[in-house]
Amino acid sequence: MADTPMIEIDAVSRYYGIYRALDDVSLDIAAGEFFSLLGPSGCGKTTLLRSIAGFDTPTSGDIRIDGQSAIGLPPNKRPTNMVFQNYAIFPHLNVEENVGYGLKRLKLDADDERRRIGNALEQVRLAHLGKRKAHELSGGQRQRVALARALVMRPKVLLLDEPLSALDKKLREEMQVELRTLQKAVGITFVLVTHDQYEALAMSDRIAVMFGGRIAQVATPKEIYQHPLTRQVADFLGGMNFMQAKITSESAVNLSVETTRFGNVTIAKPKGFTASNGQATIGIRPERLRVLWDDAKADCEVTGHVVDRHYFGEITHLIVEVPGLEKPLSVSETNNFGADDIPVGAPIRLAYDPDALVAMAS
Amino acid sequence: MSGRHGIRKSRWLPAYVTVYLGFLYLPILLLPIFSFNDAASTTFPLAGFTTKWYASLWGNTAMLVAARNSLIVGICVSVLSTGLAICAARAVTRYKFRGQHAATGLLMAPLFLPEIIVAVSLLMIVLQLGIELSLATVILGQTVFCLPYALSVLISGFDGFDRSLEEASLDLGETAIGTFRRVTLPVVAPAIISSLLVSFTISLDEFILAFFLSGTEPTLPVYIWGQLRFAAKLPGVLALGSLMIALSIILITIAEILRRRAENRLKAGASVHG
Repeated sequence: MADTPMIEIDAVSRYYGIYRALDDVSLDIAAGEFFSLLGPSGCGKTTLLRSIAGFDTPTSGDIRIDGQSAIGLPPNKRPTNMVFQNYAIFPHLNVEENVGYGLKRLKLDADDERRRIGNALEQVRLAHLGKRKAHELSGGQRQRVALARALVMRPKVLLLDEPLSALDKKLREEMQVELRTLQKAVGITFVLVTHDQYEALAMSDRIAVMFGGRIAQVATPKEIYQHPLTRQVADFLGGMNFMQAKITSESAVNLSVETTRFGNVTIAKPKGFTASNGQATIGIRPERLRVLWDDAKADCEVTGHVVDRHYFGEITHLIVEVPGLEKPLSVSETNNFGADDIPVGAPIRLAYDPDALVAMAS
Repeated sequence: MSGRHGIRKSRWLPAYVTVYLGFLYLPILLLPIFSFNDAASTTFPLAGFTTKWYASLWGNTAMLVAARNSLIVGICVSVLSTGLAICAARAVTRYKFRGQHAATGLLMAPLFLPEIIVAVSLLMIVLQLGIELSLATVILGQTVFCLPYALSVLISGFDGFDRSLEEASLDLGETAIGTFRRVTLPVVAPAIISSLLVSFTISLDEFILAFFLSGTEPTLPVYIWGQLRFAAKLPGVLALGSLMIALSIILITIAEILRRRAENRLKAGASVHG
């Protein structure tokens, strides 16, 4: 990673009347990074992206792109290009003309222009469709045209506004891999806006999770999934079994808690953690609870009985009631060993690793 | 036996449709039929085929002057009303503002006002102001009259225009003016041309305003009205009328084709389905 960040978001707020779309957001994005802004609709992620592109102006704060303040610069003067959610393919132009649209302003010589258009189309594997009109393209092809049209400008930053949300599931998964590969190949900083946590986890170097105009956590996908800072983040990224635990001791970095069914454990204290009534919210991901078959033993076990079962093909979700826990545990188990055959009502033993327990700020 | 939607087929429905269509189009069909009839009177049986009534039009100086007047008025009216309607349609489709629906309603209202009342009012104002009646006054009057038609064509054309197309253009380095020239204008051009054609056609056929406001310079409909006093001139009028109908149909058809094409293209631009 380079020393100066490619994008510096510095205490940016955006008000629409009294509504705060962005509330004192600060963020650094490194050059060459694949960075995702993840959150539910209305969390401010699109406003932030549009502020970087120049379509929205922060009420206060500064945005620097490659060390230069972009406040007051119109979109056509910024070293950024955008892939729009609906792709915004110019309907009166064919694929080549769409891709070459921005190059016309650069007044390149004809050969150079043709070469750049050709290269960009090759990058997105559309070289054979150069003469097609916009309305003759499929959704996936439009998306590639939008990508090529932006990449051909050689921006310092490529901004992507929910680029995959309009595609069907299979195509979306293909494009996730392709976008990731493309980003590594061109080395341009990508900033992606998405509400799909799997998309963000699968593609990003780092993710910023946003709620209500604020950033809740910025971290790598693995870190954010395994060590969510808040209950909200944990809940947004997959399932989590939440429990209340009594704090027995607290240090600067650790919490020792007494749980009803998971014993006494010492776990990392999340940033910004404050205890309420000497209690902490802790949790464990459903896939970190494993079914213990027959006589198998584990160092740490909880026992209960199955109250419900949901089949998902490769995995089964078991809902397990454990005496002493206020809510039943959700368990995600692969079907390799027959989890899909465990009858509702059967007693069950679950193994867990105490390291899988996390504490979260509420 | 039941129809597609479970409605019983009626024996009366085809008869009704036939009478309906006959009522609409038979009188208009008579016009070209008699215009090729080799007789000065418009009675059956037909006397024989001739094109002499059409040929006679070419030598008719008064008719040619009226045709030229109509052309001038039509072009001016279509340009003026389309120009004004472009601004209004853009405002209505792009921005949200207080009184938007009221504004649209006011703009469309002339469509439902009795034309003769509008014509009388305009005549009164023009005379009060001491302006001489001329083609210019006809142009002004018909512009008011054509505006709602142009507006409805343009609103439907602009409605599908996707704002992100302009944003994409800016994002790709184009200026605001360049964006208007390279994206906005080409994308909405079919709707604009369609509006021009519709306004021109309406102006070409418009009689009441032209009759009240034209003074000594008749347009084609006013000229035709004047000719109806002379029985001998009738076949020539029929030929002229047939030509005007043909021209109107052609222009409106082109306008409709353009409008639909523009609509489809906009849909394709905004659609996200593969």
